[in-house]
Amino acid sequence: MSDAMALTATPAEQAAFAARRIRQLVAAAIVFAAIAAIPLALSDVYLLNVLVLTLMYAAVSQGWNILGGYCGQISLGHALYFGVGAYATSVLFVNYGVTPWAGMLVGGAMSAIIALMLGYLCFRLKGHYFSIATIVIAEIGLLLVHNWDFVGGALGIQWPFGPDSWATLQFARNKLPYVYFALGLLIATWLVTWMIEDSRWGYWWRAVKDNPEAAESLGVEVFRSKMAAAALSAFFTAIGGAFYAAFVSYIDPESVMSFRFSLLFALPAVLGGIGTLWGAVAGAFILIPLTEITRSYLGGSGSGLDLVIYGALVMVVALARPEGLTSLAPRARKGAAS
Amino acid sequence: MTTQALLQVLASGLLMGLIYALIAVGLSLIFGLMDVVNFAHGEFLMIAMYAAFGLVLLTALDPIVLAPLVAALMFCVGGLAYLGVVRFAMRAKANAGMVQIFATFGLAILIQGAAQYLFTPDYRNIQTSWLGGKTFEVGGVFLPLPQIFGGFVSIVAFAGLYLLMTRTDFGKALEATREDQGAVALVGIDRNKVFAIGWGLGAALVGLAGVVLSIFYYIHPQVGSAFALIAYVTVALGGFGSVFGALAAGMIVGVVEAITAIVLPPALKSIGVYALYLGVVFIRPSGLFGRL
Repeated sequence: MSDAMALTATPAEQAAFAARRIRQLVAAAIVFAAIAAIPLALSDVYLLNVLVLTLMYAAVSQGWNILGGYCGQISLGHALYFGVGAYATSVLFVNYGVTPWAGMLVGGAMSAIIALMLGYLCFRLKGHYFSIATIVIAEIGLLLVHNWDFVGGALGIQWPFGPDSWATLQFARNKLPYVYFALGLLIATWLVTWMIEDSRWGYWWRAVKDNPEAAESLGVEVFRSKMAAAALSAFFTAIGGAFYAAFVSYIDPESVMSFRFSLLFALPAVLGGIGTLWGAVAGAFILIPLTEITRSYLGGSGSGLDLVIYGALVMVVALARPEGLTSLAPRARKGAAS
Repeated sequence: MTTQALLQVLASGLLMGLIYALIAVGLSLIFGLMDVVNFAHGEFLMIAMYAAFGLVLLTALDPIVLAPLVAALMFCVGGLAYLGVVRFAMRAKANAGMVQIFATFGLAILIQGAAQYLFTPDYRNIQTSWLGGKTFEVGGVFLPLPQIFGGFVSIVAFAGLYLLMTRTDFGKALEATREDQGAVALVGIDRNKVFAIGWGLGAALVGLAGVVLSIFYYIHPQVGSAFALIAYVTVALGGFGSVFGALAAGMIVGVVEAITAIVLPPALKSIGVYALYLGVVFIRPSGLFGRL
């Protein structure tokens, strides 16, 4: 488990660390149980939709966080992986009748492979060069999908209407199953992140983020670390995309691959606190309902006021809390896994 | 492809490329000065285009005449953006790179929303310019006058920038601040002032580009996003912080885009530019003229 700890920590420190890890799990159980109970108090279809989107963005942002927050590689092109997941699932289901459950794994695997191929090329780039390369690559993906008739080109793919069923992830009337699927995805990404925090990869990624040169000199395989983080991050993002395709039942290139998605995946983690267990979840629960609700109330006529509020919020939080909102939580943050 | 057609593509690509260079150079200048990428740069362009549009309505003058005024206005916008937003982003101890990115992205979204609110999402264009719709023909090659004007403005602006950076005290202060932010304070240069003026200058340059574009391009709240990615690619291709690199890369981008538009369907005209950019940075991670 924690070989890295054993080198430096006294038995008492180790016991305290183990106890804190357990406390994190208990806290997570309580939080997720509370989220699962929200629909009991909420029957409004619109608000349930907002909840589904919030959970989905929280999960995908948690996935983005693995690469951006823990490993320090700021990707602004994750819409590509989201799109690959959405398209793989949709094409397999609509054209070949493959259940979305399998399609989503195919999309996830494809995304992970694409992330490895792109990582092989991109991880030599530093800082802004890397971020801009990710934007450009996602944009290329969008243009290609746009002009690729096999996946519906500019028109996109419409999922057929069928009976409500878990096998096809289609629920026309009742949105509850979507809430639970999105929550399940969030729990999965959270648990993986929690396990990473005290694993060799987790320590390596944080070392790569803090100081790649120093990490390299201490024997951390920087390039391999980045590749692993990219593949895992892309996999979860693609699962999110697959779920989104099933949820909205119609996708086209702009609605799953445009740049604003790349921003929306990064923002919750940035607002909540990157490289933390709860940052992406906290950020999503603030940002997504706020943007969705202001959009409904203010942006309906394309007035743009919703964008003004959204932009101001992003700006103010980035400036006021560079370490994210979770840093406001009243507790001592010490030790390796904080 | 005939020689004439090839010349046509090259000439129009080069002209557009000069305009791309003018859009991008402010971004590169600001980065060279303080290592900040302004993700609201496209929105600066959009503000300048609306400013040109508004001033034309207000004064009934030609956009060409209004260019200096728009540039002056944008100088203030850039200075304000630095003093009001970026200055605080520079103070971040944690996640400094990320704070810059998202603070300027937030600013970009805010400006877009404000433009949509104030001017509606409608597409507008300036119909009263002397240059609008006119073409100039030389040896069978047809070039639109607005683009020729744009190329000319770009060359003049680059020449002016070169003189400013090499022949004036401010240029020396700029170069000194680039090289060592700590040391300039010791010789009495106010770093904040240099940064604010640098941002003003960067915005004024993109302001000139905005006036040029407003003569032959539609104006709408998202127009900045359309050009922003090309600008980032141009800057990264030339090498962050290199003014000369932005000029060279802009021209390359313009020509590659023009050639791609003929070879591939028009919708894919940017693919060539993106592919070229990726090809270059994979070989030279710091761009053509960048210093790592």
